[in-house]
Parts: sequence; structure tokens; C-alpha cells
Amino acid sequence: MPIKLKEICNQEDKIASGHRACHGCPETIIVRQVLHTITAMGKPVIAACPTGCLEVCTSPYPQTAWRVPWIHNAFENASSTLAAAWSTYKHFVKLGKMEDRDIKFVIFGGDGATYDIGLQFISGVIERGQHILYVCLNNEAYMNTGIQRSGATPLGAWTTTTPVGKVLPGKTEHRKDIVGMFVANGIPYAAQAAPHAWRDLMTKVQKAVSIEGPSYIDVIAPCPRGWRFPMDQTIYMSRLAVDTCMWPLYEVENGKYRITTRPLEKKPVIEYLKAQGRFGHLLLPENKHIADELQRKVDQDWEELQRRAK
Amino acid sequence: MTEVMVRKAEVKALEGDKAVTEAMRQINPDIVAAYPVTPQTEIVMEFSQFVAEGLVDTEFIPVESEFAAMSSCVGASCAGARAMSATCGPGLELMWENLWVASGLRCPIVMAVVNRSHAAPLNILTDQTDMMGSRDTGWVQIYAENHQEVYDNFIQAVRIAEHPDILLPIMSGHAGFVLGHTLGRVEVLPDEVVRNFVGEYKPLYSLLDIDHPKTFGAYDHWDYFFEHRRQVFEAINNALRVIPEIGQEYGKISGRYYGLVEPYRLDDADVVIMIIGSGAGACREAVDEMREKGTKAGMLKVRCFRPFPAEEVVKALKDKKAVAVMDRCACFGAEGSPLFTETCAAFFNRGLRMKLIDYFYGLGGRDTVPSEFCDIFRELSQIAETGEIKPPLVRYLAVRE
Ligand SMILES: Cc1ncc(C[n+]2csc(CCOP(=O)(O)OP(=O)(O)O)c2C)c(N)n1
Ligand code: SF4
Ligand SMILES: [Mg+2]
Repeated sequence: MPIKLKEICNQEDKIASGHRACHGCPETIIVRQVLHTITAMGKPVIAACPTGCLEVCTSPYPQTAWRVPWIHNAFENASSTLAAAWSTYKHFVKLGKMEDRDIKFVIFGGDGATYDIGLQFISGVIERGQHILYVCLNNEAYMNTGIQRSGATPLGAWTTTTPVGKVLPGKTEHRKDIVGMFVANGIPYAAQAAPHAWRDLMTKVQKAVSIEGPSYIDVIAPCPRGWRFPMDQTIYMSRLAVDTCMWPLYEVENGKYRITTRPLEKKPVIEYLKAQGRFGHLLLPENKHIADELQRKVDQDWEELQRRAK
Repeated sequence: MTEVMVRKAEVKALEGDKAVTEAMRQINPDIVAAYPVTPQTEIVMEFSQFVAEGLVDTEFIPVESEFAAMSSCVGASCAGARAMSATCGPGLELMWENLWVASGLRCPIVMAVVNRSHAAPLNILTDQTDMMGSRDTGWVQIYAENHQEVYDNFIQAVRIAEHPDILLPIMSGHAGFVLGHTLGRVEVLPDEVVRNFVGEYKPLYSLLDIDHPKTFGAYDHWDYFFEHRRQVFEAINNALRVIPEIGQEYGKISGRYYGLVEPYRLDDADVVIMIIGSGAGACREAVDEMREKGTKAGMLKVRCFRPFPAEEVVKALKDKKAVAVMDRCACFGAEGSPLFTETCAAFFNRGLRMKLIDYFYGLGGRDTVPSEFCDIFRELSQIAETGEIKPPLVRYLAVRE
């Protein structure tokens, strides 16, 4: 059943305002979208975060922004931690110690926690079939520690560990296809989403928490601080990511790919690059080949996605 | 009633690792998350079999690493589960970061540690470097000398960890191979006696309590962090009082009473060896042998290393003429072994001077036999006679130099 905007407007936010995220932060926007969806479904949520921007911004003791039970353990292991809480829940229900209230277990993890240091733990949870939804807040770098590269950082991007210098032009590698990895891992549901396409995102969340077993949604999270754009352009940047096919919106249900929202008109990648300071150096003539390579890869991936989604 | 229960115990020949799994089966924990590593592997295998046979209700999480094992225990414990694990050597090292999270979040996790050395060089045999290396992580640490103690300690560990004045994780250590893989006599209590003794775990707060949402693992700044640390200092020290209380209570159901330290022929002893764990077996024999030869030898076995029972150690040793402190761990660059330096500090802080020498021994599974302990007693007698300790103060037993 589609979720109505009117309904959501009357719901209490499960993440309170007053947290310390930057103005224009995409992460808290996405968290609200996810939590509102599950709340509108009438399901309780238990959430977890690995170390990262969101965790630090929302839990400075003695305050908390979380109106749902929430846990932070460390940077690597939100998945194992929350999955074990789910196992405990299942166990208590089985023993009759707890009523089955169809609680949804949701992790909000940064791309560093997800693509890099926590990858093993997520793959373990997927393999064991522990029933959690993992939402990646993908701002394509380690923002909490000051904009370092991650396995999700796109080719050519400036970060503080892929700086632009006399011999190096930003990141020299493409990002990982983590959805592809999890699909190969046998995950029943995986998707890419974006905060500007809120209805698409919410539908995906609904699907993800309704299936049996683990699910994964990778949400592009344009970060004004790390990507170097004005803080009122977060949503615009999200739209541009999708319109240039830098971030296609699709889902994979039991191995079957489906493109959920297509750009009305596929824009050139250069428009995306021009809009963000982290790609500024790619506009120089000597770096044109990097911008071209990005476009080539985007085209190739888009072709491939369309072929898979046939 | 005590009598009846003691008699009802069943005598079994068990490997040390199986003494753990037998206790685990009886305790029937909510969650076990563990990963195989020699010489702990028997525990994971045997317990998996219990799960497969339906002998326990436990939800077993077959994790992909020790770090995930400890992360799972933390998650489960915060969700209100009685959570357990087992590991050793490299596995404990891999858990390291999360050991601190477990204590900081006040998770009463119980973990068997089948003591193993740390690489490199690679070595799978026993010493206590693993647990000693994590001695300051906020975990209570107790060690077993023999198979019976492996069983008894593990059961008591549940009560110690979950005690409302402690609420900290606990490691129950025993020697790999030497105890873990050898058969020993174990009096196994009836299941219902063990279950009554450990009772049910009632967490103060649970992550699963959706009607009263709580934030677990919040970020602390300089304004609160120290206070939260201070509480852990307090809690672990409470174990000095609680461990003997629980040891007494356990005595009532088993006939075996436990404290923080255990003296052997100590009352009138002049020369004493202080030791932790399975090495106490051979040391005991040496004490008897030396006694027969007229030397007033004695032993002080330290059962609990964290918190350090300074008061008990000083009380037991302060009148002794010379003491050798034996530590089976590698601890590079320190003034002496952990047991030695803590013992020195305990005496110094009470204004007492002692004749103490330090021995690192048995690293990487090297056996220490009674005759070697006898040699140490002879050396201690000489120190007692002359009042002089010939340098070095810190020695390495039976090693090619
Ligand atoms: C074991 C460990 N290594 C490194 C860190 C430092 N650290 C904390 S958060 C973070 C980056 C987080 O990046 P990401 O997961 O992308 O989240 P973001 O802050 O970008 O939302 C790093 C490197 C840590 N806390 N723990
Ligand atoms: S750095 Fe980026 S992701 Fe982090 S709080 Fe600020 S806007 Fe949000
Ligand atoms: Mg990030």
C-alpha cells in the first residue's frame, strides 16, 4: 500500500530535531524518510549506527535524538551488533518471553562503515540470513573524520586522502559496486535510492522490511561539506546524481534487476562535476581524460543495468 | 540439603574444553556467538552439536570472525540476552576493540578463554599472554587450575558478571591442551541445581523494550566520559567482595568453596611460590616434595587477577621470608611480569618491603615440571637465609639464552 504524505505529516518524527548535523545534511533527511515509512506501516523500529557523522550528531550524552531504541557499538560492526539483537528477539519470541510485534531492525551506516571497514560483518549477516535492513548513507567519503576517501568515492574526486597535487588528480580508482556484491551474496532485496526521490525511496523501504531476511538500500547522500556545494543544494545534487546516471535508481529482488525511476533526459556527467567543488580540478584541460573516463563508465554501467533489468 | 546435592553430583571424565560446554549446556544461555580457533575449537564444535540435538534452547550465531562474535555478544547483551562466547590467543586479540565496548556498555558477557600464546612466531600452545594482554579492558578475570575448576569457575562466572554491583563481562581462563584437551575428573552438578544457582538474567534496560526506547552507546565528551569510566573502576573493584560471596554460595551446592586466592601449605611456610592457573598443579607437587625434605615451602594460587586481590595477597604473604612470582605471559619492556609488578605495588602501597623475585615461565606451551619448582624453592631458601637477592630480579625459567 502506498504511503500517503498526509499521513506522514501527522506522525511524530522518530528522530528529533536539535541534533548536531550540519545544515543541509542529507543523512538526517534520509533517516526521517526511512523511519516515517516504517512508522506509517505501523511497525516498531530498533535502530543502530556504526561510528560516523550520524552517530556523533545524534547521540551526544546526555542528549539523544532517537525516539526509537538505538545502539552504537563501533565503526565496523553495527551489522553484527544489531543482527544479534534481532536473534535475541527471535529467541525470546520463540521461548514465549516476548510478544511478536513484528519489530523492524534498521541500520544506518556511512559508506566507510559499509563499503570498507564493515564489509565483512555485513556479508556475514547476509549469509546467515539475519533479518535486518541495512541503509547506507552514502556521502562517498569518510565525512566524520574530515572527508577521506572510501571505497564509494568516485573516480577523480578530491578528498583529504586523495588530494589534488602536482602529480595526482584526486582519486585514481572507480568506486565499488557493492549492490552487485550483495546480490552475488544472495541478498533477497537490494536497491539504490536517493532522497529527492522520496516516494521511490519509501516504496523501497516498505519492500525491504516486508521480505523475510536481510535487505540493503544504498542511498546517495550529497554532503555539502564534503562535496563542496552550498548547503541549500542537497536535494538538487541528489536529483543531478540520478539525472546524470551517476546514481541510477534501481532495485534487485531475488536477483531480478528493475530500474525504478529513469531520468526524463539523461544529462551529461560534466553538469554534475561542475556543480561540486570536489570535482573542480576535472574541468581543467589536463584532467579532461578523467572526466571522459567517468562519463564512459557511467554510460557502460547504465547500459549494463538496462540489460540486466530487461 | 547441601549434603544431598553434593552426593547427587555425577563424576565424569571430561576434557577441560568439555567441562566448559557441559557448564554452558546446563546454564542454557540465550545467545552464544563464537568462532573456532585452536585450542578453543572443541567448545564451538561441541556446543554446536548441543544446539543441533536440541539439548539447549540457545540461539547459536555462527559468526564469521571473533570480532563479530564479540560484537554479537554486545548486541545480544544490550537486547537483554544472557550472552556467551569462547576464544583464545589470536581470537581474543581480534576482539580487542570490542572488549572495551562490552565493559563500557556494562554487558555481563561470559567468555571462556582457552589460554594460548600470541604470534609471532606462530604457536598454538598455552600461555596466558592472551588474557594478561587484555587485563585492563574492564573484564573480570578468573583462572582455573584443573578440570574441576574449569567447570566450577564457568558457572560462578555467570553470577559474578550479572551481579548488580558489577555488571561487567568476565573471562574464565584455562590452559589450552594441558587442561583443554586432556581428560580430568569433574563432578558435574545436576542440571536443575546449576540452573537454580545461575537463575534468570534480568537486564536493567533492554534494547528490545520498544515502549521505553533507550539510547545505547551514546557519544561521550570530556564532560561525561570520565564519570562513566569512574563507574567501571568502581564496579570491577566490587568484584573483590562479590567473588568470595558467590564462591561461598557455590560451596553450599557443590562442597567446593572459592575465593580470590587459594593458599596451599602456606600458614607456616617461609618460602612461597605465587602462581596462576594450571602450573599450580606441578607447583603443588614441588611444595610436598620440599616439605618432605624439611623446607617450609608453600604456594599461593591467584584465582582472580582482575580485579587484583591486593589485600588478600599481602595478607597471605607479608610474613614470608622469600617469594617467587611466576607469570606465564609475555609482557615486553615492563619492570617485571604483570603478577610481579602488581604484587610489588600491593606491598609498597602498604609500606612493606619483601624479598620478591620474578619468573617468566612456560611460554608457548613449554612444560614446567616439579623439579624446576623445587629449584626455585631452593633458591628462595638461600635468599631467606642470606637476605640477599642475586641479580637479575626478573628471570626466564628454563630458556636457552
Ligand atoms: C576502528 C576504527 N577506525 C577508524 C575510526 C575513525 N572513524 C570514525 S568515523 C570514520 C569515518 C566514517 O565514515 P562513513 O562511514 O562514510 O560515515 P560518514 O561520517 O561519512 O557519515 C572513521 C574513519 C574508528 N572510529 N574506528
Ligand atoms: S559532514 Fe556531511 S554528512 Fe556529516 S553531518 Fe555534515 S552534512 Fe551531514
Ligand atoms: Mg561517508
